Amino acid sequence: MKRYILQRIGFMLLTLFLIATLTFFLMHFLPGTPFNNPEKLTEKQIKVLNAKYGLDDPVALQYLRYLGHLVTGDFGMSFQYEGRTVNSMITTRIGPSALIGFQAMVFGTIIGLALGIISALKHNSIYDYGSVTLAVLGMSIPSFVFAALLQYFVGVKLGWLPPALWEGYQNTILPSFALSVTVIATVARFIRTEMLEVLGHDYVITARSKGVAEPKVIVKHVLRNALIPVVTMLGPLAVSIMTGTLVIEKIFSVPGLGEQFTLSILVKDYSVIMGITILYSALFILIVFIVDLLYGFLDPRINFKRGAEA
Amino acid sequence: MAEPMLSVENLHVSFQTKDKEVRAVRGVNFSLNKGETLAIVGESGSGKSVTAKSIMRLLPKHNTKVKEGRIIYEGRDLLTASIRDIQKIRGSDISMVFQDPMTSLNPTMKIGKQIIEGLKTYQSISKQEGKTKAAEMLKLVGIPNAEERLDAYPHQFSGGMRQRVGIAMALACNPNLLIADEPTTALDVTIQAQILELMTDMQKKTGTAIILITHDLGVVANMADRIAVMYAGEIIEIGRAEEIFYKPQHPYTLGLLQSMPKPHTSRTVPLIPIPGTPPDLAKLERGCPFAPRCPHTMKVCHYFNPEMQHASGGHSVSCWLQDKRTPKENLPAGVGVV
Amino acid sequence: MKLEMNNPKPILPNKNGRHNQPLIPTEVTDDLFVVSPMDDIRQEELDSPPVTFWREAMGRLMKNKGAVISLTVLVIITVMAIIGPYLNEYTYRQQNTAHTNLPPKVTGLGWLGFDGIDVHRVDQYEKRHITENFWFGTDEFGRDLWTRVWKGTQISLFIALVAALLDLFVGVLYGGVSAFCGGKVDNVMQRIIEILVGVPNLIVIILFILILEPGITSIILAMVITGWVGMARVVRGQMLQLKGQEFVLASRTLGAKGTSLIRKHLLPNVMGPIIVTLMFTIPTAIFFEAFLSFIGLGLQAPLASLGVLIEDGYKSMRFFTYKLIFPSIVISAIMISFNLLGDGLRDALDPKMRK
Repeated sequence: MKRYILQRIGFMLLTLFLIATLTFFLMHFLPGTPFNNPEKLTEKQIKVLNAKYGLDDPVALQYLRYLGHLVTGDFGMSFQYEGRTVNSMITTRIGPSALIGFQAMVFGTIIGLALGIISALKHNSIYDYGSVTLAVLGMSIPSFVFAALLQYFVGVKLGWLPPALWEGYQNTILPSFALSVTVIATVARFIRTEMLEVLGHDYVITARSKGVAEPKVIVKHVLRNALIPVVTMLGPLAVSIMTGTLVIEKIFSVPGLGEQFTLSILVKDYSVIMGITILYSALFILIVFIVDLLYGFLDPRINFKRGAEA
Repeated sequence: MAEPMLSVENLHVSFQTKDKEVRAVRGVNFSLNKGETLAIVGESGSGKSVTAKSIMRLLPKHNTKVKEGRIIYEGRDLLTASIRDIQKIRGSDISMVFQDPMTSLNPTMKIGKQIIEGLKTYQSISKQEGKTKAAEMLKLVGIPNAEERLDAYPHQFSGGMRQRVGIAMALACNPNLLIADEPTTALDVTIQAQILELMTDMQKKTGTAIILITHDLGVVANMADRIAVMYAGEIIEIGRAEEIFYKPQHPYTLGLLQSMPKPHTSRTVPLIPIPGTPPDLAKLERGCPFAPRCPHTMKVCHYFNPEMQHASGGHSVSCWLQDKRTPKENLPAGVGVV
Repeated sequence: MKLEMNNPKPILPNKNGRHNQPLIPTEVTDDLFVVSPMDDIRQEELDSPPVTFWREAMGRLMKNKGAVISLTVLVIITVMAIIGPYLNEYTYRQQNTAHTNLPPKVTGLGWLGFDGIDVHRVDQYEKRHITENFWFGTDEFGRDLWTRVWKGTQISLFIALVAALLDLFVGVLYGGVSAFCGGKVDNVMQRIIEILVGVPNLIVIILFILILEPGITSIILAMVITGWVGMARVVRGQMLQLKGQEFVLASRTLGAKGTSLIRKHLLPNVMGPIIVTLMFTIPTAIFFEAFLSFIGLGLQAPLASLGVLIEDGYKSMRFFTYKLIFPSIVISAIMISFNLLGDGLRDALDPKMRK
């Protein structure tokens, strides 16, 4: 167990290092630096700026310096906002993203589970068809299309909720809901398939043959076994929420990390792009790791000693 | 004779798929006395498992339908009993052992808990009592270190051991009837013998009746009191084990026996397979369902399905060869002449 | 039917396909007890050859209503993407300041909202004395949205299709080599994949687009850079599973060479999962393309993709909702159809369902 965890952590650090390296060199070979703007800046100004941010040093030196800072958790200075560190930008912006992401995850999982379980228990009924249809729609309609329509119809036309901005709790509802749609659809589909599979297993019939009452069979035998694999969905769901925030924060003007990322892309604020990229990747890797550990904890069949295959 | 413990009367079960009805069981009749062992033998798809599962009402509700018939257990019709009554009967009166011990145990529940789960549904017992009982059952079926293994999960056991657990689970509440649905099919040959021996042993100790379902006549030779042979959803021959083995009357039973290797057959006697495959139960035509594969068909076989006829004592056959009008030259050796 | 044609006996099948035998006895009479072996027809029916895998799968797919409808929708959309832009006299880039921001109007479909009336209840066509109809309206440059929507569909589908095919190519190559060589090669190749899986796709795509400058080629390339991994895993898994099976071993002992082994035996058997994966790759690619366009990394004007159109429509949805609605409907229809068709294909091709 210990060896497995250490091995995994080593692998995670390696992956992160490769991502950081890749990001650095990609950014470095981008056409033009943020200061290559001859219309507004004179050549001398550009030079001064490049010197100030260390952009005139050899690439290798810049790379080592960047890695050195990264190890201490320092993402460097923003090119766009004079005198602001990437770290401070991330810390001020991560709150709203985390809030809507968390709400979307919790709400989406609960509704998704409910839909999927009903669907499986009432297989081939009208409830089943209904929730399968909802799930297909939720998975198929791009989140930003749904978000835009939601904003227009609920926010603008009906005026039930504020369509944009970040002023109070009610502002979080529409973006969270828009984000949760993919979660609902994914979880519902997944738990439905899992439950149908488990329902077909012999051990469910065994349980019934022992005289266990049906509700108990469902909870103790079916649900328990069907829920374990749902944990593996956390990784992909986290990714879809991260991706979702990029567009949904833009649509609802949420002052979050995703909005900052899209802004920085447009103005080529490299250090911010790199910082957020690495942060997102790290989060993703961490979640996958936690999910694997959790899975092993929940499923007695998984034995970590046997090797790193998860 | 006293009333039989269980009697199945004219049972018809169908599977409904989108565009067709598969008539899996078509008019099955048999009865079972206390402490008796009945083997139901047949190829896969002959309806033996479906028959067994309908006794326990374990068939999936959404696509199966019992069209006709009664299953009388101690004076009560199980097919019309309420689900609550059925749940009381399951486990305590009638219990079941399944084919594949790899899949019939819940992989995420501890063995001990699975064994006493049924017991707990109608007896309130303390945790300690439950553990003692479970350990006792494990010991009974020959699992060493029973107390320690209560906390193990199924994947930590071998196939044979798991089937022992399955039997322990089924016998935990001292049932009157144990239905074993191909209990040895998924196991190695050496383990098969052990499991059968265990079942006979348990029967002696507890006096439970057994319905043993198998596709392998060899398995039932030493164990069954009576044997029912099923084909295409019907029982085509039923009788005492000796009668079936030594005086088979139906060409299908005959075929089964000829295709089965016996320890004393010499190498020069070839094993004769039965040609063809069982009929599609969704589109049965008139006539005897075995006729297309039968080496002794007569004109009548194509048009009429034979009725069950007494051959001798408790031995019954459904075959036209039993009819007096059958020409003598068409009778295989030993058939028909009673 | 064929069997009966070959049969010389004068037995005519009736409507039910059963044999019309005039002499069906109604009673068990003595004369029926004569030896009568199976007649040829029933014997042959008994031995009828098994249906081939692909035909059976096709049959199952055709029974799946969702999949059939999806396929129809996709065919219609594809046809429209090809001919749609030529169904009226406008081109996707032609600007006309006299025709800016016209609401959709189709004669006869006024009750559906195609009435040329804007949010302020003003009939723009009447007000500006425009006689021709713009079926999906026009944008702020007076470009015809009908033409642009179908042109955009065309480009989106093209991008997705090419990206999916490239994924397929790289994935089959990588997965095939990895599984076929096995051992150390496989081990190294799998480590590489593991690292790639650990990186969120979209971020890599965004970074690559930033370098390559937005355009059709760069979008395709950026998507393929991460997209092939899934396909490679599927192919490898399938190949490994099949590699140990007996028929492969048999042809190997018969002296079949590596390449012919892959081509003749392995490929046909891995086709099912590959087709299914491909079916799910296409909507993902369409989504990514639209996503990139939406965050401003898409195609440059006047080129249009569905994503670009949605982005444009979103900006002015308060007053010109139609600009958002039409491309949204098309993209949603494409995504739903591909997902349903993919589901249908997976069910139809799943060998586990085969008895």
